Amino acid sequence: MKPAPPFSWLLQMAWRDSRRNRSRLLLFVSSIILGIAALVAIYSLRENMQAEVDRQAASLLGADLELRSNKAPETRILRLADSLGGQRSEERDFTSMVYFPKNGGSRLVQVRALEGNFPYYGELETEPAAASRSFRNGRNALVDQTLLLQFDAKPGDSVKVGNLTFRVAGSLLSAPGQTGIAASVAPIVYLPMQYLEATGLMQKGSRINYKYFFKLDKPLNTERFEKGIEPMLEKEGWSYDTVESQKEDTNRSLRDLTQFLALVSFIALLLGCIGVASAIQIYVREKIGAVAILRCLGAAGKEAFLIYLIQIIVIGFLGAIVGAVLGTVIQQFLPALLQDFLPVDLEPSISWKAILQGILVGTIISALFALLPLVSIRNVSPLNTLRASLQQDAGKRDPVRWLVYGLILLFVLGFSRLQLGSWNNALAFTLGIAVAFLALAGIAALLVRTIRRFFPQSLPFTGRQGLANLFRPNNQTTILIVVIGLGTAFICTLFSIQTILLNRVSRSAGEQQPNTVLFDIQPGQKEQLVALTQQQGLPVQGTVPIVTMRLERINNITGESLLKDSTLPQQSWIFSREYRVTFRDTLSDSEKISKGKWQGKAAAGAGAIPVSLEARFAERNKIELGDTLYFNVQGAPITTTVGSLRTVDWNRIQTNFLVLFPTGVLEAAPQFHVLLTRIPGKEVSARYQQAVVRQFPNVSIIDLGLVLSVLDKLLEKVGFVIRFMAGFSIVTGLVVLIASVLISRYQRMQESVLLRTLGASRKQIFYIIALEYFFLGALAALAGIALSLVASWLLAHYFFDTEFTPQLLPLLTVALAICGLTVLIGLFNSRTVVNRPPLEVLREEV
Amino acid sequence: MASILDLQSVGKTYQSGGRSLTVLDQVSFTLEEGATMAIVGPSGSGKTTLLGLAAGLDRASTGSVLLNGIALDKMSEDQRAAVRNQHVGFIFQNFQLLPTLTALENVMVPLELRGERNIKSRAQALLQKVGLADRGHHYPLQLSGGEQQRVSLARAFSNQPRILFADEPTGNLDAETSDRIIELIFDLNREAGTTLVLVTHDSELASRTGRILRIKGGRIVSDEATLNQALAG
Repeated sequence: MKPAPPFSWLLQMAWRDSRRNRSRLLLFVSSIILGIAALVAIYSLRENMQAEVDRQAASLLGADLELRSNKAPETRILRLADSLGGQRSEERDFTSMVYFPKNGGSRLVQVRALEGNFPYYGELETEPAAASRSFRNGRNALVDQTLLLQFDAKPGDSVKVGNLTFRVAGSLLSAPGQTGIAASVAPIVYLPMQYLEATGLMQKGSRINYKYFFKLDKPLNTERFEKGIEPMLEKEGWSYDTVESQKEDTNRSLRDLTQFLALVSFIALLLGCIGVASAIQIYVREKIGAVAILRCLGAAGKEAFLIYLIQIIVIGFLGAIVGAVLGTVIQQFLPALLQDFLPVDLEPSISWKAILQGILVGTIISALFALLPLVSIRNVSPLNTLRASLQQDAGKRDPVRWLVYGLILLFVLGFSRLQLGSWNNALAFTLGIAVAFLALAGIAALLVRTIRRFFPQSLPFTGRQGLANLFRPNNQTTILIVVIGLGTAFICTLFSIQTILLNRVSRSAGEQQPNTVLFDIQPGQKEQLVALTQQQGLPVQGTVPIVTMRLERINNITGESLLKDSTLPQQSWIFSREYRVTFRDTLSDSEKISKGKWQGKAAAGAGAIPVSLEARFAERNKIELGDTLYFNVQGAPITTTVGSLRTVDWNRIQTNFLVLFPTGVLEAAPQFHVLLTRIPGKEVSARYQQAVVRQFPNVSIIDLGLVLSVLDKLLEKVGFVIRFMAGFSIVTGLVVLIASVLISRYQRMQESVLLRTLGASRKQIFYIIALEYFFLGALAALAGIALSLVASWLLAHYFFDTEFTPQLLPLLTVALAICGLTVLIGLFNSRTVVNRPPLEVLREEV
Repeated sequence: MASILDLQSVGKTYQSGGRSLTVLDQVSFTLEEGATMAIVGPSGSGKTTLLGLAAGLDRASTGSVLLNGIALDKMSEDQRAAVRNQHVGFIFQNFQLLPTLTALENVMVPLELRGERNIKSRAQALLQKVGLADRGHHYPLQLSGGEQQRVSLARAFSNQPRILFADEPTGNLDAETSDRIIELIFDLNREAGTTLVLVTHDSELASRTGRILRIKGGRIVSDEATLNQALAG
């Protein structure tokens, strides 16, 4: 036997063979560049963020230790706070209306009453800067800058909180660890604690969060704290955060954000890889002659295969490097894009780890995808040297090809496992991607087959030629439909989700449904507020009494036994949360009994009170009919039994409850009220809110308009980030299109030149090409939209539990844009075919 | 003299559209080392198929092929590739040079495949022999048809083959260039003592070999020694 040629020869042959193809080979990998760029940008962001969070850890919390609860501190907690030493600040947070007397504007905000020097690390960033400290010295407030902007107020103006009017000392730009998005959902107003009492907002039933911040003299012994103090805190219903735990929390949420974005980037990379595979397939087809000669001269199949594999790995590597450089550049702009979601300021810097990861992932995945067409090189027969027509494609049944498919799936699974941290999620992601790809490929095949089957013979010559080009030999129709279609599907599904969410909220208040909720109404205020509402000509669509209570025991399970026994099925918060409960003798129209029997009236002295639980709440916590629940109603124990389970339609602006009591039990308990009304327009709403806030400063108002505008703003911001990342998929699709047009240009030129020789005009050739790309774009958009409709319907039906009505106009706009872009790119890259004399073209290209 | 090529009852059948198509049927002949032979016949008679089977480019459906005493029938494609590299040289109608390699590199490839080193001077000497010493750095597309075929000749002899197969070596060349190529083939063949099998339509070229095998419809219809054979014998 002949000795095998050394590996260096394979390298040399790969180098020699690439000589006349290098620009084309680079064109092949151009499709993965954007995917890798997106991935490297996100990885770099993650690296930089983690470094920044580590650096700014203390200022994320603003203190060494934070204790918090929604229960007022009792003796043990106060004693603990005293014993910790160092410096201490106290904060009380709650939602309330604020009122700007200057222009009568009012809005629901998050009020933070502060005492002490918090934050000890970092700053409350304010404008003017001195206001962050000076507001504590008098009746001053710091007001979120967006709120000031909204009501055209500025430092020096007044703001009324409860019964007291404060001077706006400064505009609050950011608080420790606060993201911009959180502030836009619930704008913050800081007050000095000493005025809290006088605001009159600390009433029974008000939902208040109590917080203590500590700056300790010596570092916290975390282990001792966890062992010695944590159980006591849990028992008292308090939780805590240290610099370390805050850092972990922040890192965790950043990980969630970057994981999601990394997966979106990875999809762009996968699309690019499909483009690479498709380009390499054409390349391999052209190389059959050269491979056959090598085989004839005595090269083994493996040697010929390795020559081309080396080429592909090298260009994949080069493409990955270009992508990594581009990603590092893009990363410079990400902090600006994501600023609303980031809790720390970020100065982007080059992350070598991210670059290396990106290059590694890019090289491996592009090589894996390129292997699909490459494996057929092993089977090229030397007989091709004698008969050019003999290009058998034995590869389709090649078991190695299945092995490569398996490797690709494993790689995608492994990669998503690394991103998502769980095999189940990774499997779901991998399956989802595979199903989306297969579905698009299926739709593409079906569309092409349908066109062939029902070919419109009556079309003019140019139309027929353009359409027939979609299924001529060596076409890339399916690949392009998949690649462009997936990008389209992505954008359309995002759009649909946004619409579903907004519709769900806006539809929640149908024609006659309430659209405004007033809460925290004290018993003495109820009648007056009803009168005020009616005076304004608004309907009172119900007043609901609410009693707060805590759950102490389910049968024999208590909070303590739940802590000790991790096998118990109940969720940990079930005993620590505050329950807001109502009582009535009938069900509302959003409720339906699913199990047991509803009893609207409790007979006095007839034993345990039959209550009704929300079915999903009961199911999640494994509570069955007949179980005994022991509640503590502000000091008074009440024993209840689960008499029925209800399904509740939560999609309405109205008061819904996990626990519903019958009448005859809670009437005498301390309670507050909620009032529901429907306000016809913005102006009426503003007038009504002003009147309510002025007369009842403790009453808070949520109106659907506010919810919608907050949601809209939130979705817009989130949507922009996702669209930006999904944009990589779309652009990748277009790059694949460009590459495919350029790669198949020679074949097109031959055909066009032949047509022109036979007498076709330039105009006709132009029309044929334009129509071909129009059909291609239309099919891709159609396939993408079809996929997105199915995905949106599934999401609406199973995830958001709502109806889905497709918005045709935006979808049509997307379809037209995709078609237009495809035609433009196709024509631009085929311009030499149209514009130059046939002979000149042939001489150059042959 | 020992035989270099021995075909016994060789047949080749292809499956096409669910039907089997017999291209070669019961072909047997033996060729002695150093001999020259032409395979002639009309288009579609099976000449090229026969050449492919004899050179180990394909496997016969029936019968046996012994090349330099090695039975090719049971060998895998890679094993046959090794045999070709060791013992066989090829010349094709359309030259079959690797377009991305220079003339010199094309000549070097068979030797490189054997893992041999320091071969540049040998390849250059071969190019000199075919009159292309100064064109070694040119790519095939920069050479004329005749020049390409001369590079192909240099390549065919580079691994000092025991047997040379030529498929219509002048089919793509004009008359004048053809004559020069034919002279070169026979000169180099004589010099190296290589066995030559060529497939051709050209009766004048065929008559320059020692033996003419005529095939038609996949069968040998005549096997004659030419005057050259008689003279040589």
